[in-house]
Amino acid sequence: MSVLPSLGAARIVFFKECRESLRDRRVLLNALVLGPLLTPLLVLAMIHLIVGRELEKAEKPLPVVVIGAEYAPNLVAALRQQGMEPRPAIADPELAVREQRADLVLRIDARFAQDWDAGRPAQVEILYDSSRQEEQSSTQRLQGMIENYTRRTGALRLLARGLSPALGAPVIIAPRDQATPQARGALIMGMLPYFLTLTALLGGMWLAIDATAGERERQSIEPLLINPVARYQILLGKHLATALFSMASLALGLLAFVAVGHLLPDAAGLGTVIGLRFLLVSLPVMAPLVLLISIAQLWLASFARSFREAQTYLGLAQLVPLVPAFWLMFAPMRPQLWMSAIPLFSQQLTILRLLRGEPVGTLAIGIGAAATLAGTALLFWLALRVYRAERAAIAG
Amino acid sequence: MIEVRELFKSFGPVAAVAGVSFTAQDGQITGLLGPNGAGKTTTLRMLYTLMRPDRGSIRVDGIDAALDPMGVRRRLGVLPDARGLYKRLTARENIAYFARLQGLDEAQAQARTAALIGALDMSALADRRTEGFSQGERVKTALARALVHDPGNVVLDEPTNGLDVMATRSLRAMLRGLRAEGRCVLMSTHLMQEVAVLCDRIVVIAQGRVVADGTPDALREQAQQANLEEAFMKIIGAATEAAP
Repeated sequence: MSVLPSLGAARIVFFKECRESLRDRRVLLNALVLGPLLTPLLVLAMIHLIVGRELEKAEKPLPVVVIGAEYAPNLVAALRQQGMEPRPAIADPELAVREQRADLVLRIDARFAQDWDAGRPAQVEILYDSSRQEEQSSTQRLQGMIENYTRRTGALRLLARGLSPALGAPVIIAPRDQATPQARGALIMGMLPYFLTLTALLGGMWLAIDATAGERERQSIEPLLINPVARYQILLGKHLATALFSMASLALGLLAFVAVGHLLPDAAGLGTVIGLRFLLVSLPVMAPLVLLISIAQLWLASFARSFREAQTYLGLAQLVPLVPAFWLMFAPMRPQLWMSAIPLFSQQLTILRLLRGEPVGTLAIGIGAAATLAGTALLFWLALRVYRAERAAIAG
Repeated sequence: MIEVRELFKSFGPVAAVAGVSFTAQDGQITGLLGPNGAGKTTTLRMLYTLMRPDRGSIRVDGIDAALDPMGVRRRLGVLPDARGLYKRLTARENIAYFARLQGLDEAQAQARTAALIGALDMSALADRRTEGFSQGERVKTALARALVHDPGNVVLDEPTNGLDVMATRSLRAMLRGLRAEGRCVLMSTHLMQEVAVLCDRIVVIAQGRVVADGTPDALREQAQQANLEEAFMKIIGAATEAAP
């Protein structure tokens, strides 16, 4: 009698929390539908936007306002052949570009023909606004077209004088991009580790709030704590239930993601990476993090007096996983082994490596898991302190 | 049997309970009577070990609450001031959950729950989710939950709060039933008529102290008033004037 009830209590709390949550449409919708679909849909949208735009730009005619086209009909004809679409000249092109009435202006000097005939470099100007991110590739494209024309004409001139065109090109560059299709895809996917973390966060959030602040708000916490059950058992039951929903959400999200991976355009190079292997490796990698996230949510929510208040806290907490995600994306550095001891960072790094098709160190995963579980234990202890405080039991 | 000796509890500078002692006997209904804020709820919370007293001792069936709080909790059935239910669970599931937490196995829990549903006349609402229950239905469910482990001592904090006349009458009948079964029933209330019709013994608390303790007749005698309400007013008034 004295040992049995306390042994089974966590299990009883766990099953009750699960049963109650399965009857809550809000929990189901968030944990099992919206959360899991969030990542694949966001990624799909992102890829369509990025890949679609690049493809579109590379093939689409490039509209350019040309001033002084009459001075260099051959140049304009050559550029038109390469995809430029000359637009009629406008007055005050500098102002027009600044005010974004024109994107790109090519100005040909009146002395162009004169210089050309004399064999002097003939000048053209490109007017653009470098602060406009989306115009950068257009500017580069126009520059490339002009350089093409220049090189060809230069070679012809050398040939006409009986010289080898090779003389005019002492060094040539042959760019060889070593990025695998996977790595190119992973560039687009830099945010995926964060999205997966977010899915886990959303999966357990409602249950975590309902089991702590919700229990307080509907005044069931005091009767619950009067039972002859140790508080750590109650907390453990709630923790495991939160983690289960979080894990289910994550697994469903990954499955949806694998499905979406096969629908992606080949340009993203992702179909090959996101397969069953990715799913089977990333789930156990994320499992310790799910435990950490669940107890962190319970801990935070236990400070709140009401459902709404807890929602505010946990909403803000969703931004925390952005820190390692941004670090990985924008701070180029070679991750050291010790960094794997940082929970959250470690898992996001492993996911990124999986996506890039890089080898994933077992030691790094092990260190990450151990550190994350240690963090979980610490947070459990902190949450238990809140639960043991006298005021925790009293609603309102 | 519940024995409380010299209990003290302060929240910061406020002394909520300043020396409460009383004994609640088996087979009796003992009423803890006092105005709002007198320290009744705090006293009860210390009794069911949700709060730790600054000083003093509590024994339930001879078990010291400071040494074996779990043992005390097993011997108490508590209807606290907060009687929230899990609204997405049915009344039966709410009761059975507490049965399991009290250490009953699944079969025992189901049997006890079914027995209480019968005894408290709750068959019609037992398998409905508790969302939308009336106050009376809530109190019945919370009471069944408190009694599910068949405790020898029953503690109720303002049990008739928010109940209509019918529900109040049926609750009184239930409490008399518990007394008839030989249990020790301890209830707090600020309502005079409540103790007058129910209690075998009255402990009057004012400003954290016991100012009177005895049968209703003894209290009338002490205050030299034939009317219990007048007696109550006189005793409380005297205590308030005596306070510094």
